[in-house]
Amino acid sequence: MAKVFKGRPIVAGKCTAPALVSHGGFNTLASFQMAMMFGDKSVKCGDQNNADLYKKPMKGTALCLPQTIGSTTGGMVLYTACATNNQPACMLFSKTIDSLAASGAILAEVWTDASMPVVDELGEEFLDYVQDGMSITVAPDGTVTVE
Amino acid sequence: MELTREQQDILNGSQGEVMAKVMKSLVMYGETFGADRMVPVTSEYGHTVISFGIGVMKPVYDLYDQLIKAGALSKQKFSADPLPLDKNVPSNLIQDLVFKKFMYSQQDRYEKQLEKLGILSPDAYTCACYLDEVGNKPKKGDVLSWAESSAVVYANSVLGARCNRNSGMLELMGSIVGYVPYFGLLTDDGRKADWIVEVRTTKKPEAQLLGSAIGMKVMEQVPYVKGLDKWLGTELTDDVCAYLKDFGAATASNGAVGLYHIENLTPEAVEQGESLIREGAPVYVVDDAELERVKASYPVVWKDPAAKPKLCFIGCPHLTIAQLNSWTERITAALAAKGLKKVTVPTVMTAAPATGDKFREMPEYKQLESAGVVLSYICPLMYMNNPLSGKMPVITCSNKLRTYTTARYYTEDELLDIITGGAK
Repeated sequence: MAKVFKGRPIVAGKCTAPALVSHGGFNTLASFQMAMMFGDKSVKCGDQNNADLYKKPMKGTALCLPQTIGSTTGGMVLYTACATNNQPACMLFSKTIDSLAASGAILAEVWTDASMPVVDELGEEFLDYVQDGMSITVAPDGTVTVE
Repeated sequence: MELTREQQDILNGSQGEVMAKVMKSLVMYGETFGADRMVPVTSEYGHTVISFGIGVMKPVYDLYDQLIKAGALSKQKFSADPLPLDKNVPSNLIQDLVFKKFMYSQQDRYEKQLEKLGILSPDAYTCACYLDEVGNKPKKGDVLSWAESSAVVYANSVLGARCNRNSGMLELMGSIVGYVPYFGLLTDDGRKADWIVEVRTTKKPEAQLLGSAIGMKVMEQVPYVKGLDKWLGTELTDDVCAYLKDFGAATASNGAVGLYHIENLTPEAVEQGESLIREGAPVYVVDDAELERVKASYPVVWKDPAAKPKLCFIGCPHLTIAQLNSWTERITAALAAKGLKKVTVPTVMTAAPATGDKFREMPEYKQLESAGVVLSYICPLMYMNNPLSGKMPVITCSNKLRTYTTARYYTEDELLDIITGGAK
């Protein structure tokens, strides 16, 4: 049965993708850097401190997370992931988006042709409910359907 | 967001398409966080987190070419994070090849771009730009457009400047336009403390460990730390500032802290006291057991956890003069006590170019050199960010380096013991 959550669209767009869930803060630099260095086409998460995501492919997933954490290179890393078509299908934040993730998403929206809808403020219940592999559909108005 | 006529004109393209995109990026950034206006950047200098020309980040440098071509240059000179390469740091031939030919294939291109965009000087590459020798030290109340998590948290907390945790690229755009959106840590309300941290340790807590514990707990929120003045005192001495530099870097990298207040010590805590704390702020108690728990939670990702360390990095963030002196003294004494002349693990201590130059004029430098320690301006994180270095058993007392790389964390005392031959 589908469950619907309503958030705030930071970058409006639509997509359908399998969920990948991080219950802890998502460290953008630590997560992307090794995959980018190795040219890993599936963009496996390299953050050893993130037990939920470590070594799991991120590209093309609906990345569900509370917020991002860590280095202020985070935004440029996310921008680069988008500019090189290595981004998640969408990013779905349970909390208000943090400044670094917002920067990356905005830079990608303004300066690239990449499509990566970003929705925040989906609530704790969203992150409690969603599990890896569930089908996620994002609508431009920030509606997120989990099946 | 309400823009001035000038800002609106730029957004509408009065200064060209590229400047319009720069302004649009900043406006979208501000609107995301409820900013009602843009405010002028008032610091003398900026600081950019991007100091490296990594091949895989080519889209970033392509975008910077667009800025330069359009004449969208920084309105203020700026410093940048440490350089990723230094021939004095131990590396093998394969690493040299990988570093120069593959990983940092965009380095020359990027450094030339920074010259055009407004880098302060060829020596202005350090994460500790606020040190006196470097000269990019904002005043209390200055509004900054900086990125580099450790520098932002230091500027906000210890210097009382105002800066959000901006991302690389966007920080440069703020310096180009000369304005930043007014929200978050720029506002009085955003600087209120969301957490109370009570330090109840039986000895002075390791800065990098305490910062890690607090960062992991409060994430992006603002902590008000009580009980640390018992160990640090109430004066911002050089030693205390060095402690807070390392503490802050750990809060910012292990969590996402952009500002902390230390009771009776940091400027806003001294001025405003507990009135800074939000009503109902939760309390996090840090005692010896909690620090041990946090330290034990760090994963060891070496292929062979029992491997002998091949390299040691001290200085992430870059060391102060006082720290260089202190480490020299401790290493020299530990070696003497064990009847050794040189460190038994290749060790690199990192500092800003200007700090290193000053230290090389001091007698302690000869001692450090005699002990076999390399002094470098390199960014340890950049050194480690490749498959070859990633497989090396590297040790450090930096919790930031631990977080982003495969380097293994030890406390300063543990590290000292290891690099000076282990237990006698």
